[in-house]
Amino acid sequence: MKKRVVALLTAAVMAFSMAACNGGGAATTGGSTGGSTGGNTGGSDTSAPAASGELIKVGIINNDPNESGYRTANDKDLQNMFTAANGYEAKFAYSLKNDEQIQAAQGFITDEVDYLLLSAADTAGWDGVLKDAQAAGVKVILFDRTIDADPSLYEASIVSDMAKEGQTAVDWLAGQGLSEYNVIHIQGVMGSAAQRGRSGALDTKVAAESNWNIVTQQTAEWNAEKAQQIVQSVIDAKTPFNVIYAENDDMAKGAVAALDSAGISHGVGKDVIVMGFDCNKWALEELLNQNWNYDGQCNPFQASYIDNIIKTLESGGSVGEKTIIMDEKGFDATTITQEDVDNYGI
Amino acid sequence: MKKIDLKKLLSNQLLIPFTAIIILCIVNIIYDCVNTDAAFFAIETKTNNSGFTVFSGPLITILDNGSELAILAIGMTLVTAASGGQDISVGATIAIAGSAMLRVLCGGNTRPETLAAPIIVGFLVACIVGMLCGAFNGLLVSVFRIQPMIATLILFTAGRSIAAWINNNELPIVPDPKFAYFGSFIPGIPIPTTVFIAAACIIVAALLLKFTNLGLYTQAVGINESSSRLNGINPTAIKFISFIILGLCVAVAALIKVSRLSTINYSVIAKDIEMDAILAVALGGNALSGGKFNMWASILGAYIIQFLTTTLYRFQVDSSALPAYKAVVVIILVVFSSPVVRDKLSSLSNKKKALKKGVA
Amino acid sequence: MEENRVLEMRGIEKSFPGVRALRGVDFSLNKGEIHALMGENGAGKSTLIKVLTGVYTKDAGSISMQGAEDIQIHSPQDAQNVGISTVYQEITLCPNLTVAENMFIGRGNGRITKWKKMNEDADKILRSLDIPAAATQQLASCSIAVQQMVAIARAVDMDCKVLILDEPTSSLDEQEVEKLFKLMRDLKSKGVGIIFVTHFLDQVYEVCDRITVLRDGTLVGEYAIADLPRVELVAKMLGKEMDDLSDIKGENAAYSGEDAGDLVFEANGLQSDAGIKPFNFYIKKGEVNGFTGLLGSGRSECVRAIFGADRVIGGEVKMHKKTVKISKPLDAMKNGIAYLPEDRKIDGIIGDLSVRDNIILALQVLTGFFKPFSRAKAQAFAEEYIKKLNIKTASADTPIASLSGGNQQKVILARWLLMHPEYLILDEPTRGIDVGTKVDIQKLVLELASQGMSVTFISSETDEMIRTCSRLVVMRDRKTVGELSGDDVNQNKIMETIAGGEAKS
Repeated sequence: MKKRVVALLTAAVMAFSMAACNGGGAATTGGSTGGSTGGNTGGSDTSAPAASGELIKVGIINNDPNESGYRTANDKDLQNMFTAANGYEAKFAYSLKNDEQIQAAQGFITDEVDYLLLSAADTAGWDGVLKDAQAAGVKVILFDRTIDADPSLYEASIVSDMAKEGQTAVDWLAGQGLSEYNVIHIQGVMGSAAQRGRSGALDTKVAAESNWNIVTQQTAEWNAEKAQQIVQSVIDAKTPFNVIYAENDDMAKGAVAALDSAGISHGVGKDVIVMGFDCNKWALEELLNQNWNYDGQCNPFQASYIDNIIKTLESGGSVGEKTIIMDEKGFDATTITQEDVDNYGI
Repeated sequence: MKKIDLKKLLSNQLLIPFTAIIILCIVNIIYDCVNTDAAFFAIETKTNNSGFTVFSGPLITILDNGSELAILAIGMTLVTAASGGQDISVGATIAIAGSAMLRVLCGGNTRPETLAAPIIVGFLVACIVGMLCGAFNGLLVSVFRIQPMIATLILFTAGRSIAAWINNNELPIVPDPKFAYFGSFIPGIPIPTTVFIAAACIIVAALLLKFTNLGLYTQAVGINESSSRLNGINPTAIKFISFIILGLCVAVAALIKVSRLSTINYSVIAKDIEMDAILAVALGGNALSGGKFNMWASILGAYIIQFLTTTLYRFQVDSSALPAYKAVVVIILVVFSSPVVRDKLSSLSNKKKALKKGVA
Repeated sequence: MEENRVLEMRGIEKSFPGVRALRGVDFSLNKGEIHALMGENGAGKSTLIKVLTGVYTKDAGSISMQGAEDIQIHSPQDAQNVGISTVYQEITLCPNLTVAENMFIGRGNGRITKWKKMNEDADKILRSLDIPAAATQQLASCSIAVQQMVAIARAVDMDCKVLILDEPTSSLDEQEVEKLFKLMRDLKSKGVGIIFVTHFLDQVYEVCDRITVLRDGTLVGEYAIADLPRVELVAKMLGKEMDDLSDIKGENAAYSGEDAGDLVFEANGLQSDAGIKPFNFYIKKGEVNGFTGLLGSGRSECVRAIFGADRVIGGEVKMHKKTVKISKPLDAMKNGIAYLPEDRKIDGIIGDLSVRDNIILALQVLTGFFKPFSRAKAQAFAEEYIKKLNIKTASADTPIASLSGGNQQKVILARWLLMHPEYLILDEPTRGIDVGTKVDIQKLVLELASQGMSVTFISSETDEMIRTCSRLVVMRDRKTVGELSGDDVNQNKIMETIAGGEAKS
């Protein structure tokens, strides 16, 4: 019995220290996480904090930063912005599950944060907790992902317009002027905003045009290996195709791995057009090398937008338009430059 | 003569896996008859984008993609047999071992120009890391006698975060095209490298079982620990070793997984593979409560899972519905391998025999 | 069916692949009768009981209960419904629940949810059967005998007409057995028919009214207890006239090699963490000695300390006058010591493994991890000992768990003999096995000793020890209290020493 207790303690300590090192999994305060530039000066410079003389308390609920390069960049951006040096006391909670996120939100409300910054895992189920937040005087700002709730429950929503991302991509594809479009459509996790937006534009186009066909439409759940298997199965079935429309870069990479081993050429002027999303640096480099054809941006850098809104609200101002859509681009392999890779790669 | 064969067949552990394979083959053949342009058993040669001739076809796909699972099934079988429980952290430890390998190969750079260390060093580090994870789990299970599922829950929960931490949350990409050989093809060899790696692991496992008493000891410990101890076996060591071996299997699987894409994604790499590995052991007809085991049946079970996955992809079954189909298969297999049904089957064959005798 | 009959089984047949376990067996039980079911292991007792309790389905034959002709019993639940209850050798209750909960759990009459009523009911039953336990007491805190009685109380309370007691006494001491017998007689007077399965002949003659003897799956006969003297009973069970049990010592000459009388093993102040006082002990070449004492006196703990089965915390051990370190079983095995443990099921057999693997295990471990025997060699070893010890098994591939108790014990014995030990420790080798095998084992011990092996023999049956051992170490309260040899090795002297100088008789 004693032995078991000791073991559990050891295990718990280990698990905790690992989590603490990583800054993920458990909630940690912004001050203790690395990577906050200027953190040292903030510590010595006593006059730095906001006008009220106190740090603004923000609770940030995000998806797991390991989920994708997009999320990693997004998290890093937030971590760098919400530091003591910039006048914030930030707490982070990470989860890919809606219920855990709601729990974390309730925790932050109990902790009496001033602002709740939220990137929700699912669009539904947030009304209750947001009402609680409103009652407690906690202002809510949504970033990256929107939710199905009354707009009065939040101050602002800084989002990518996934439908627009999809539309831009599909328009670009239509502009390639192929006589026939046989598309392998690899979807993200079903029901996520990115999947819905990016799938929607393509589905509409396929339904409308007689020379657009879906060869297969499968979810690879953002997973490169699954994407590879899906494309492999199409190759094994010998169904002809000439477009791979993957809803993120990882899945596009998996698809390309399958093409490579089957000897199917891809890229600019080749047999198969490869399209991805998110603008990972390595993906843009593939574009630069003309191995892929298109990559749609999904802008992860919302921190400065949020900072602006909070500053406005703190100084008594109000936010004009609730939904703020960030600028997003689509890159074409034939026109992309090294500069684009450096500026927009994440 | 035939009657005896039938009875032996019914009691054979390999009956169920083989039946499953036959059924899957038949289903695929029927599909081919309906869709004339498809050919399940066809293996053809193609020239890949590196300009080398390679084999391609559904069977190759199964062998290729089933490799990791087959390798993991080896270790999982031993862990199951010795400890009477399962390691649910293999997916997470693959992430850890893979991340460690990338860290060594890329030297902490996200986009290195050249390898920071030879591939073999990276792989050896992955092996050490994998074995350390195994040792951690093994220690909790064998020395502290924590239930395997609970002990491995720790790394299951923390593993992917640890993996991300090893590389500072970056996603390094290995620059050397040679590294990709392990997950695809070696130039000039038309069979996927993964097939060779899996075969090598299976051969090593076979040699281990043939030339050591690992099998006997593991089964003895799994069946009756107290009795094994009184026969001079050290149950703690045997359980610990089984976890270390699984750790090695994890490292090899990590090599394949990372090599397939030359990079890693901490949250999705080898996702849910632990459940498939456990399922492979169960499909092989091995008791998940430990004791007697049949390694070959487990390995066969692993390929059956991949066979099923590939078949469902072929049929364009919605891939989000795959787990549901797997569940159906599990239900069927579990029911068929249950003692109740087995007894019924064997009594049925007995009756038949009696009937024949009566006629004669 | 006769007025008085409560159970009648006619022409019961049951076959398993390759074996006809029961061939047209008849069995009848009267109201208010204790009926012994006797037979060697493998005679078909267990199968008959399992047919009756619905664990097996019979192939042919009929079962009638009072008032119900030709009933079908397909599951233990069916058996319970018609009023047949079973109490097994192993306690099948839940140790972490209370006595009352154990008595009423799973019986779905709502009592389990009404705590007060349940406890009152339980207490009433316990009192009426004179069982020394309280309803609210946790079962694990009762002695094994009381747990056994609670199991019986549970069975009886379920309106049972037929109570089957399958080896209930094998883990009880003498006083506990007495208590159990009292309970059985009480139930008898209440009209319950009891089927009593046991290996202890004394007990049969103490409580039973009639005896049914089975041999090789057939009925030998049914006898009133007064009509069947012990010797005849044994003869009927074995199917031959018995050797005179008391005379086996003389069959084998004592070991007479040059080194006869040399010390093989010696322990000074040996102590383990199992709670025994430090003890001294030695054994000579070709000697058979034993530890005796009441159950729990520390006999087993002593030999476990010698073998390194418990953690040794003090003392010195010598083999052939050279100090050796024995801290785990493997050390002992390397020094040529073998140990057949007390509890065959927990410490002996590796249930799912084949007879072959069970036989070769110890020698294999001793040979080394990297030197597995070839299949052919293992098979040869197994066959040699299956033949030598006359182990009844379908083949060497058969899982040991499917063998009868006596044959399992022989396999474990074979395991250690294959190791060719210098010093063999047998802890209760004859417990729970049939008379024939008991004699076989005793003979074997003496034969091995005459060839120069040293053997330490422990048995709860004193006459068995008297027949085999030339020297006895007597234990009481976890320490050695005396040593007897030569003519002192007799019943009275042993009793006297165990009791502490005051002769019982």
